[in-house]
Amino acid sequence: MRGFPFFLVCLAVAAAVFLAARLTNNGYVFFAGYVVLQYVVMAVGWNILGGYTGYVNFGTAGFFALGAYCTVALEKLVPLPLPVVMLAGGVVSGALGLGMGYLTLRLRGAFFSIATLAMAVVAQTFMVNWPFVGGSAGAFVIRPETAEYFGIDYIRYLFLLMLGLCVIVIAVARLIERSRLGDGFAAIRDDELAAEASGVPTLRLKLFATALSGMFLGMAGAPLPFYVTYLDPPSAFSLAYAVNTIAMPLIGGTASWPGPLIGAVLIATLQQVATVTISSAVNLLIVGLVLVGFVIAAPRGIIGWFGLDRRARAHPRRLAVGRT
Amino acid sequence: MYFSFSLLGDAIVSGLLLGGFYAGVTIGVSISFGMLDIVNIAHPAFIILGSYCAYVANSVFGVDPIVASLMLSPLFYLLGAGIYQVYHVSFERRGDGGLRGLAFFFGLLFITEVLLVLVFGVDYRLVRAVYIGPSLHFGAIELPLRLLVPCLASLAMIGGLQLFLSRTFLGRAILAVAQDAGALRLMAADPVRIKRIAFALSIATASVGGAILIVIQPVEPSLGREYIGRVFAIAVLGGLGSFGGTVVAAMVLGIMESLTATFYGPSWSPAVAFGFLLLALAVKPAGMFGR
Repeated sequence: MRGFPFFLVCLAVAAAVFLAARLTNNGYVFFAGYVVLQYVVMAVGWNILGGYTGYVNFGTAGFFALGAYCTVALEKLVPLPLPVVMLAGGVVSGALGLGMGYLTLRLRGAFFSIATLAMAVVAQTFMVNWPFVGGSAGAFVIRPETAEYFGIDYIRYLFLLMLGLCVIVIAVARLIERSRLGDGFAAIRDDELAAEASGVPTLRLKLFATALSGMFLGMAGAPLPFYVTYLDPPSAFSLAYAVNTIAMPLIGGTASWPGPLIGAVLIATLQQVATVTISSAVNLLIVGLVLVGFVIAAPRGIIGWFGLDRRARAHPRRLAVGRT
Repeated sequence: MYFSFSLLGDAIVSGLLLGGFYAGVTIGVSISFGMLDIVNIAHPAFIILGSYCAYVANSVFGVDPIVASLMLSPLFYLLGAGIYQVYHVSFERRGDGGLRGLAFFFGLLFITEVLLVLVFGVDYRLVRAVYIGPSLHFGAIELPLRLLVPCLASLAMIGGLQLFLSRTFLGRAILAVAQDAGALRLMAADPVRIKRIAFALSIATASVGGAILIVIQPVEPSLGREYIGRVFAIAVLGGLGSFGGTVVAAMVLGIMESLTATFYGPSWSPAVAFGFLLLALAVKPAGMFGR
């Protein structure tokens, strides 16, 4: 299977990260590291739609929170193992993405962006008015001391799960980039009309990208209730998620998966440090300023500096000569 | 759910007044998004900035908020001109208005909001004026002045803008740049300059929009987000760039929200605007009157 060696390399890197985190023997490393990994999943997942097809999703917080609320609801109905719950959250968010996309993707790109923002607020209003998942008062979720099968501390278990999700999302993103699907996405991004005219099934590809991207955002949100133990609508639907998730790929570079990965690790780590040392409002301000600075001054992001996006930028030629 | 005709009448009247106010906060987006094709999703943040300016003028100098906002609008005009210049040089000229342009405005939205939080905190702020409180009575219908005055101020502003656009050379040039920038260049008018003026005007309306907002309700920095959906729903439904359409769409939304708040409870009303928008995009993206 193509991409399998890369998958193994990713697994090895992930194992090394986990071991390194264990070696520090510091609980806080796992606690802060979880957030960094969560942003890696969100940034790479967002980029499948935003970076590859060029459709900007502002509703990240909606997909993310939906995954989290899915966990809260399932926790009250039937207690399932967390990986299954994550999958369920992913399916729900993916379905939401599909529905959204179906409503708006036939329009110009800006309409899609505005509609995603609107969707997040509609979803938030529904959660506020739904007492079963806590309503506006919020919901408490009890975090077990240790994970059921692994017998390790639960925060470490969450860290491990998120690390696994990182491996999956990166492998999927790379697979897409190197497949016909990625070529189709790039064609949509570069010139949708020309792509449609050349026989690229644009609507179907866009729907696929929206659903897949939404699914990863939802899966990233699913473990959140166990991480924070208390979930209320304003914090789950926080605009900070949307800004961070857009800023990270744009800062790292949207053309290829290393971009969002680098951006997420950089910005999320910086934020974790700044939250502890300065204040959380100031660190959000920094993210906003860096985002605006990068889109103005460095449109290709950090990977553009090193030419890492060369392969992705060569797409139009590759399309012309067929698969290489 | 309790129903009575006097409740229904009150809801419709306050919906109409609310709609007039919504038209005032939307008109800037009708210009920037509808005419210039600039997706300024930061517009609601500038409206909140306008609210805080009116708040400062009112609480420190005791000036009436709406009068203060008119005096401050030249500053907003300059701010708008500056933003357009950056936008034009960095995105429009490179033909890169899509993803990065949107991210730019999203960043501006966020920066404005966080700056307001850092300066003023997250408490609700309000203003004092003689027309906040009393109501006019016409038979059974009650007209609260705190809704009536913003509605009239907003309609006056829109009327003035409409006159400017249809009667003056500059205004007609703005309408022309919305249709065909290339042709404008052939007429020896600089489309970039015209667009800069139009965009600056759209931001200047945010000053007045902010003042009437803070007259109607107390304001906190993140309130702007609720208005993103409203403002774009109205702009899209109004047919993007048509002022008359904007006013009608705003009043329809105002009535729908007011009915929802009266009969189902105010916690549902944000969903009305956004649901309205999603429905509009799905069913009739060209707006109620088309273009």
